[in-house]
Amino acid sequence: MKKVLLYSILAGFLISQFIFTCPAVAEVKPPEVGSILPEIILNVPKEPEHQKYLGLTGEGTFKIPEIKGKVVIYEIYSMYCPFCQKEAPIVNQLFQKIESNERLKGKVKLIGIGAGNSVFEVDFFRKNYDVKFPLFPDTDFSIHKIMGEVRTPYFVGIKINADGTHTVFYSKLGTINNADEFLSLIVKLSGL
Amino acid sequence: MNKYFKIQMVLLTVMLFVSSHAFGRSEAFKNNIYNPGILKPIDSVLKVKVGEKVPDFTLPSLSGQKISLSQFRGKKNVVISFVPAAWTPVCSDQWPGYNIAESFFQQNDAILLGITVDNLPTLFAWTNQMGKLWFAVLSDFYPHGKMAETFGVLRSDGVSERALFVIDKEGILRYAHVEDINKRPDLEILVTELEKLNKNRIKSP
Repeated sequence: MKKVLLYSILAGFLISQFIFTCPAVAEVKPPEVGSILPEIILNVPKEPEHQKYLGLTGEGTFKIPEIKGKVVIYEIYSMYCPFCQKEAPIVNQLFQKIESNERLKGKVKLIGIGAGNSVFEVDFFRKNYDVKFPLFPDTDFSIHKIMGEVRTPYFVGIKINADGTHTVFYSKLGTINNADEFLSLIVKLSGL
Repeated sequence: MNKYFKIQMVLLTVMLFVSSHAFGRSEAFKNNIYNPGILKPIDSVLKVKVGEKVPDFTLPSLSGQKISLSQFRGKKNVVISFVPAAWTPVCSDQWPGYNIAESFFQQNDAILLGITVDNLPTLFAWTNQMGKLWFAVLSDFYPHGKMAETFGVLRSDGVSERALFVIDKEGILRYAHVEDINKRPDLEILVTELEKLNKNRIKSP
């Protein structure tokens, strides 16, 4: 019986080594353009203005494609990430530009997910940079994991179709640098 | 046989967990983060006690000046953040957060000293990736980890624990926290302790 246990441990070890050295087999990848999102479950925000913005009501959870709009952009960021800190004012500009554009307001929605950030840390980031769009904690990195443990900041854009289905049209690592250029790109790629 | 299959699955799960490295994913560090894997959570025994006077120390800092704990006596509360090593995942993910949280320190009349057992050139290159830091970065490199050893946070492999110390203006240790080396302490822990320090001071003038 001891032999069986030994072989069993050995097999486990070999399988795990195979998985780690063959990323194509086991590595979770970030969402690809043309695909659909992994199941990301978020808590409905308590703030009435955020509920209104996202088109959600009450308590409980929701999935990103359930957000009311035609395009949703979400950023994976962290308050501990220097590039995300530096970029925060530009992402704020992006939000303001969307909201002040009659053609885009209500159609393009923006949210942030703080990888490994607690409720307190997300709240601090929001206050520190005066972020007006909804931010969500991912305290245990569970969302970050199913997002393929992307580096931060990482932006994903999805297009919500009339039948309720959705398609990823943007999935990229790196800061957005210029809010106008990024917004033009989003409009172009989503076909809005 | 079912039992052995279960053992195998448990081992596989443990190994998958061990491979995880969610910290240190900021693009600021690109591919320069060395992943040491999952380490023994705590590997030392604290030698300083809450309520007692903290032994003084003097260490070289990145500014080129030597910094002593005693220079803040009667002037500032002192927070010490020990992180294990430069260019590692969790550590690279901790001080950049403190860098935007200066207001919490100011509100509670505190300064921050960031300390590792790395040498100054390494600390210089590493912290440059974090942007301009408002707090002092000290090197406990030589004699290696002497201060960490005095505090009881030097691990058996020569790096320090991930530890937080809050010392009041009288040089008394008010809070000590040794975090699991594989995790980052929530900012809330530190803010709560800083606020407590301030409240307690008002209560006992």
